Amino acid sequence: MPARSPYLPYLLIAPSILFLAVFFLWPFAQTVVMAFTVDGQTSTGNFARMAADLNFWPAMGNTFALVIVVVPLQVALALTMAVMIQKMTTGRDIVLWIWTIPLGISDLAAGLAWLAILSNNGYFNTVLFHLGIISGPTGWLSYETPLTLFFAVVVAEVWRATALVFVILVAGLQLIPKEYAEAAEVFGASPWQRFRHVTLPLLKPSLQSALILRTVLAFEVFAVAYALGGRNIPILVGEAYTWMNANQNTGVAAAYAGVVLLVSLASTIVWLRVIRVRREHLP
Amino acid sequence: MTARRVLYVSGVLVLCAWVLVPIYLIALGGLGGRLGVFRWPKEFLPTGASVDAMLTFLQIEGVWNAAKNSVIAAGLTMVFSVVLGAPAGYALARFAFRGQDAYRLLVLLTRAFPLAILALPLTVTFIRVGLYDTPLGVALVHTALALPFAVLVSASLFMGIPREYEEAAWVFGCSGPGAFLRIVLPLALPGLAATCIFAFVISWNEVFAASLLTVRERTLTAYLLAVLAESPPHFRYAGGLLLVVPSVVFIFAVRKYLFSLWGITNR
Amino acid sequence: MRTNLRRLLPAALLGGAAMLAGGGAIAQDTVFLSTQLRPVEEATKMRQIILRDAPGRVTYVVDEPAPMTTRMQAELQGGSRTVSVVGAAHGELLPLMDFDGLEPVGDLAARLADRGIPAPLMESAKLGKDAPRYIPWMQATYIMVADKRALAHLPAGADVNALTYAQLAQWGRNLQERTGRRLIGFPGGPTGLMNRFFQGFLYPSYTGGLVTTFRSAEAEAMWADFKALWATVNPSSTSYNFMQEPLMGEEVWVAFDHVARVIEALRTAPDRFVTFPAPAGPKGRGYMAVVAGLGIVKGAPNRAGAEALIEYMTRPATQVRVAAEFGFFPVVKAQLPADLAPGVKLAAEGVDKTQTARDALVSLLPIGLGARGGEFNKVFIDTFTRIVIRNEPIRAVLDAEAQNLRAIMTATNAPCWAPDPASTGACPVN
Repeated sequence: MPARSPYLPYLLIAPSILFLAVFFLWPFAQTVVMAFTVDGQTSTGNFARMAADLNFWPAMGNTFALVIVVVPLQVALALTMAVMIQKMTTGRDIVLWIWTIPLGISDLAAGLAWLAILSNNGYFNTVLFHLGIISGPTGWLSYETPLTLFFAVVVAEVWRATALVFVILVAGLQLIPKEYAEAAEVFGASPWQRFRHVTLPLLKPSLQSALILRTVLAFEVFAVAYALGGRNIPILVGEAYTWMNANQNTGVAAAYAGVVLLVSLASTIVWLRVIRVRREHLP
Repeated sequence: MTARRVLYVSGVLVLCAWVLVPIYLIALGGLGGRLGVFRWPKEFLPTGASVDAMLTFLQIEGVWNAAKNSVIAAGLTMVFSVVLGAPAGYALARFAFRGQDAYRLLVLLTRAFPLAILALPLTVTFIRVGLYDTPLGVALVHTALALPFAVLVSASLFMGIPREYEEAAWVFGCSGPGAFLRIVLPLALPGLAATCIFAFVISWNEVFAASLLTVRERTLTAYLLAVLAESPPHFRYAGGLLLVVPSVVFIFAVRKYLFSLWGITNR
Repeated sequence: MRTNLRRLLPAALLGGAAMLAGGGAIAQDTVFLSTQLRPVEEATKMRQIILRDAPGRVTYVVDEPAPMTTRMQAELQGGSRTVSVVGAAHGELLPLMDFDGLEPVGDLAARLADRGIPAPLMESAKLGKDAPRYIPWMQATYIMVADKRALAHLPAGADVNALTYAQLAQWGRNLQERTGRRLIGFPGGPTGLMNRFFQGFLYPSYTGGLVTTFRSAEAEAMWADFKALWATVNPSSTSYNFMQEPLMGEEVWVAFDHVARVIEALRTAPDRFVTFPAPAGPKGRGYMAVVAGLGIVKGAPNRAGAEALIEYMTRPATQVRVAAEFGFFPVVKAQLPADLAPGVKLAAEGVDKTQTARDALVSLLPIGLGARGGEFNKVFIDTFTRIVIRNEPIRAVLDAEAQNLRAIMTATNAPCWAPDPASTGACPVN
């Protein structure tokens, strides 16, 4: 390798660092400042206002519940799909395409699609009606049915965002040398044992990436819940949006933003700890 | 064995239906007209489908402008994130340098934060410097969203291109940049193209930051969020369909690169 | 590159529009920014039907009230003026005076004197200044709509045109008992206007006031009544933004909403519905008058075009067409034609019955709250959510929310508006 300027790598990463400083680190600091400012004075008033708001604790509960339910479901489903696609011989391309379509679908459109299905006189109720389970249009998305509303959001989220986990896991699976599984087979390991003791441990780096990314994005769910439940299911980011737009109060909105930032960071640290990966294996 | 085969095939088909059926149904909703929305029980076949709602929709003033803004913002995002991200990815892939860990951490951290939230303080600044309510302003925030992605993906891309190719080029008298341009870049191009399109999709679909940063020059998603909230359902479905169709085409266009995108060639 | 793009984009857009208009350099656009007639279909009709015959080239753009204020302020300060005419509700035009954003239009008002705009409307158009700052444009209110099938279940002795809240509650109970469904609906969705129901209808009817009587004993009784009424209200009401869809879809049979947000149902099936005023409470039949006005922006890029547009919009013929299309009614002396579409006629009847009811008690849209208007609305929606949806004790909620309300009134120093008695300084929460 010929000698190159030792500054070259720094030169190469400098533009992106500069950009991130301006559009990430700086607004991040600003968010913190805004959250602690009331009428031009430093204060924790915004946080007090936020915590006292009727929607804060429900939003907190809903958001965490969504993350806890949605992320494992998505990982399980994506793993299943990834294993299935590994075996596939014919039609692999078309199935890959179909399974990854939701990757490009915005949460807004996903929310609308599921609204068409789950609304009072929607397609889901039509199926139930033809099966004789219900006798007429039935509401699943009102404040009186918080549980079904919650699961509606879960279903829509699983539909919309599983593809991302799927893509990461398929890519990870392809990295694993076939020899490992073959060796395990020689030693008489069952398919499940091979999956559990060979594939899964080697998939760790991909799993970690997928979990971090999905958890952070799950804390940001907004449009799906808004489309399906309106204000019946408060969500942290949705509250930030409402405070910013409808209530025109940037301080409280920034306080909400701060909370979302904190929980996202915490979840990232948790995943980094729980699934330890040697750094070389990171994507 | 055949029973398992049947189970496997039907599993695949069920999962395909799981993805496709909601898209089909939103299309039915969007094409079903005002009264189709109230029909009970619903028809699962397009009876009396009309493209009226879609056409009205496409004629509404503002939709084309919003679509244009979306294209501009997404296009700029694409360019910015690759121009900024690819060199950094190359640096990560080819050099061992001090501070590499810190840089990786910074990128990882950005990915760990909901960046759309940071649009809040940026709104204030953008109003001051005149970037508020412009597609360029939206693109800059969307680039912050797409950049970490572009850096990490292009890093794995360049790692997948054997260093020996480049070294061989040096042996044959190519300069460093020359070797990069003639050997590495052509090999990386498909992957980079996919990175571009992903940056495009990220920007196209992002709604939170775009809603906060624009008033009149809305992107399509932001426009739809604002307008559809006050529209009858068949319009909302038509708008949803309008958002879905480009996504399906995008994914079709990049399906080959989807997995090389994560640094692995797909056979 | 950044600056270039930034400059080029808006210029290109406006330039493109102007180009289309005249193909030459002379044709100048009049940009008309409105917070009214915002929904997709209404805005389209505005452009394609109403403004087609307007003098000169008019570009109609819409915006929500709060962003509209921000935008006008930014244009005045930034110096890049595009908007010439602002069309908005009275209470939405008022905050523009915080930065003196509207030109006095005394001359224009004098020229339009023969249009017969009622004097009280012209008086409030002065926005507290000497000369009028806008020309009244159109008026509307909120009405009740019922499916005719529901009339059979009215409580004995009740007149649908002189309903009380107690009778409405009984009606709801009857409907629920006999059909097994909850058939009353309110627009309580995220962009629905239920906040206006509390502010202009329920509170005035029960307490005779709004801000001053927010936590009064009457208000306590009112919330108890409303909570009882809510037991017969369709639970999807917290998702409805417009009542015309649930009415058309037969999800509800009795609904309250802004006349412009039920007009499509009336138009589609005029034979199925009746319209009538909102119920009365102990203090009268509260209703909220919505008056929208047209103002000329300070330093408007096209003052002549703006005046021509306002002259056009206040012509009796234009006003009648606006009424026929949107269900917003004339402010000028204009005879609604006899051959008005049956749906629009229904809407007009509802508005007329509301305004001329013997016990009518008019209230205005909130005035002087500026950017805090959103938080003001939030107080009422939150109070409703806590008392009715979450079953919190009424007294405690009213006392807690009164603090939020007081903070808003103090911060904005907004004086009382009808039906609260006039105040010196911020409207007090007693």
